[in-house]
Amino acid sequence: MSEESMEKKAYGITSNKDLNLKATELRLGLPGSESPERVAVNKNLVAGAKRGFSDTVKELPKQPQVSVNSNGQTSVPAPKQQVVGWPPIRSFRKNTMAVSHTKNEENGDPKMGSGCLYVKVSMDGAPYLRKVDLEIYSCYLDLSSALEKMFSCFTIGQYGSHGVPTRDGLSESRLMDLPDGSEYILTYEDKDGDWMLVGDVPWDMFIGSCKRMGIMKSSDAIGLAPRAMEKCRKRT
Amino acid sequence: MPTMDPNRKKSKPVDLVDSVDSRVELTESTRSCPFPDEVLERVLSLIDSHKDRSSVSLVCKDWYNAERWSRRHVFIGNCYSVSPEIVAARFPRIRSVTLKGKPRFSDFNLVPEDWGADVHPWLSVFSSAYPFLEELRLKRMAVSDESLEFLATSFHGFKALSLLSCDGFSTDGLKAIASHCKNLTELDIQENGIDDLGGHWLSCFPESQTSLEVLNFASLNSEVSFDALEKLVSRCKSLRVLKLNRNISLDQLQKLLLHCPQLMELGTGTFMQELISGPVTEFKNMFSNCRKLVTVSGLWDATPLYLPVIYPVCASLTFLNLSYATLQSSELANLLFHCRSLRRLWLLDTVGDKGLEAVGSCCPLLEELRVFPADPFDQEIFLGVTESGFVSVSRGCPKLRHVLYFCRQMTNAAVATIARNCPDFTHFRLCIMNPGQPDYLTKEPMDEAFGAIVKTCTKLQRLAVSGLLTDRTFEYIGQHAKNMETLSVAFAGNSDLGMECVLKGCPKLRKLEIRDCPFGNAALLSGLTKYESMRSLWMSACNVTMNACRMLAKEKPRLNVEVMRDEEGSDDSQAHKVYVYRSVAGPRRDAPPFVLTL
Repeated sequence: MSEESMEKKAYGITSNKDLNLKATELRLGLPGSESPERVAVNKNLVAGAKRGFSDTVKELPKQPQVSVNSNGQTSVPAPKQQVVGWPPIRSFRKNTMAVSHTKNEENGDPKMGSGCLYVKVSMDGAPYLRKVDLEIYSCYLDLSSALEKMFSCFTIGQYGSHGVPTRDGLSESRLMDLPDGSEYILTYEDKDGDWMLVGDVPWDMFIGSCKRMGIMKSSDAIGLAPRAMEKCRKRT
Repeated sequence: MPTMDPNRKKSKPVDLVDSVDSRVELTESTRSCPFPDEVLERVLSLIDSHKDRSSVSLVCKDWYNAERWSRRHVFIGNCYSVSPEIVAARFPRIRSVTLKGKPRFSDFNLVPEDWGADVHPWLSVFSSAYPFLEELRLKRMAVSDESLEFLATSFHGFKALSLLSCDGFSTDGLKAIASHCKNLTELDIQENGIDDLGGHWLSCFPESQTSLEVLNFASLNSEVSFDALEKLVSRCKSLRVLKLNRNISLDQLQKLLLHCPQLMELGTGTFMQELISGPVTEFKNMFSNCRKLVTVSGLWDATPLYLPVIYPVCASLTFLNLSYATLQSSELANLLFHCRSLRRLWLLDTVGDKGLEAVGSCCPLLEELRVFPADPFDQEIFLGVTESGFVSVSRGCPKLRHVLYFCRQMTNAAVATIARNCPDFTHFRLCIMNPGQPDYLTKEPMDEAFGAIVKTCTKLQRLAVSGLLTDRTFEYIGQHAKNMETLSVAFAGNSDLGMECVLKGCPKLRKLEIRDCPFGNAALLSGLTKYESMRSLWMSACNVTMNACRMLAKEKPRLNVEVMRDEEGSDDSQAHKVYVYRSVAGPRRDAPPFVLTL
């Protein structure tokens, strides 16, 4: 399904007459997309709003995070664009928080005692990311069970009542066992930018080098460390 | 344009102050009035509120004169509404001036640089009219180093300078103030667009400077000389407000506190140390002598390890500003447990709904809450606070009057509950960060939420709305918000009707700021008779055309109608940014090329 028709479905738009053409159509730009299109942020625009809105909206290239469930309806809040001067926060606060934020994200050393070590966790097919504080967990088991709870709402929709998430103590990185044999794998991006399998290194080393995490379908985990692929093959 | 000569019969003074009807005439006083002017002046000098003073000045000519001679402080809400010459002519004995410049949306980068609001013309006039000027408080003004130097050298008794959200100056300007203002009692530098060239300015305070009562440099990034700071703090025995910047470490703070036990308001520096060896016990008694402390802010990088250091003073705190401390819910709960007297609390949304539950349980006297987003531009995460946190606070804090709340989801039902729990709101600003977002449960617009607020909270003076809103919201506002003075609107409404309802229905409206709404010419012109009773109107990225603005300007010569040109300039018939305000000074002469005065 093309992006365009997915969005149209989301807003119950069946024909182009409903909107003021391209000027008000919501778009998700892929990385590398060219000149900014005019984008409407308010669906209730009266047709003919023309330029009023476009000059305040700057489109950022983003990976589309839209998911489609079994009914073919998107279940996603309106795609967000960055808008000049919104949310209304003064520059001083913006600049200060940006500094703190980078400090926290760069700072993988638990000894700092800064109290939190937030990393983003994305899941294939989930409409938005979560952030977890690695500081509050003491081992991989805790982390993966927390993630399972956090993301269960996204997988339950897909396999309904049959799927009972099981966990094999031997392989903490395997999260869920779906009836169709596919499974999810917990991966992380380390300080060098490489995507690794969670569970390979001692816990302390992990939280020291983990920048962000991803929950991928095992079928998508091609190109990861060979161990990951080996584990997948064992299960089938 | 009427002159300000009070000796003319039937002259019509247009008041400097916002809330007064400009069409009242003065009457001749009766000669049998037994009250000598000096006595009347003495009595009137006790009146502080500028609104009351405006009323006083309208009673009769004698009272007008007595008031103008006895006034010591003048508040000018829009620097272009009046000229410095007019002010100086009417009020001969001013000692203190508060001056505000740019429209508020300039804080969010909606106003280009060099727009105006230069303080220098004011200082020039004041240097001859008010050589004994003592206080200057500026907000959103353009201030240069030359102006600061001029200020420092022209007013020999100058005492207090406060700069909030100003820009155009550097720390060199502060050097001039520190060096030359011998009687300085207050230097309050907050959130300005300042060019920080280093912390040497602090070392410019001479040894003879012992009168400082307020020193706030929390928003400056450079390091100051700790030695100079410590000496300054030790010799200023009347210091009651000290707000440090992030470079000041915990052990430096400890040393400073030894010198100023009389402190009432403290902004700490960074609230953690990197060395873990023997820290907390050392700092445990840091605050034990600060018996007068009622406000604490700063707390940069505060961690659970160090926060307990402030517990000893928490019981008497009335204002706690944690909006730069990334606390989690449990840290906040532990802290608030000790802070039962809080009236004002500012937080970051890292505390989450659980943290707000703690607010509700621990702070029954709370009157003001502000929750700022830690990650406002990260649209991928789903953290922060929700409607549930706000509801928890409203349950435990029925005295809430002033709220600023940034969140990513809200429901109509929650806001209705909040309004019921806290009917005394005077300032209600809700920012649902995704523009045009509906009630996340029902998917309906957020009209009923704001409807509930305006219906229940009859004392509401200030309102900022957000989320998906139809004209219905504005109908409610027009029908019920009878005390509302300021309204901020963004990404809302369906048609002109929305704005028309507000202009027609809100008698006390003074400031209306609108961005990215489908309000057009009919809406703009429906306020034709209203704008002179208001301070200002801002409309940007709406549907207003140049012709409509010209029409407004033509019909209402006492209004300044300014249109800011877009840089791309492709569509000249649309008015992209419109700023309308009343003025007795006529069109401004310092408008930059991109500002058209119609």
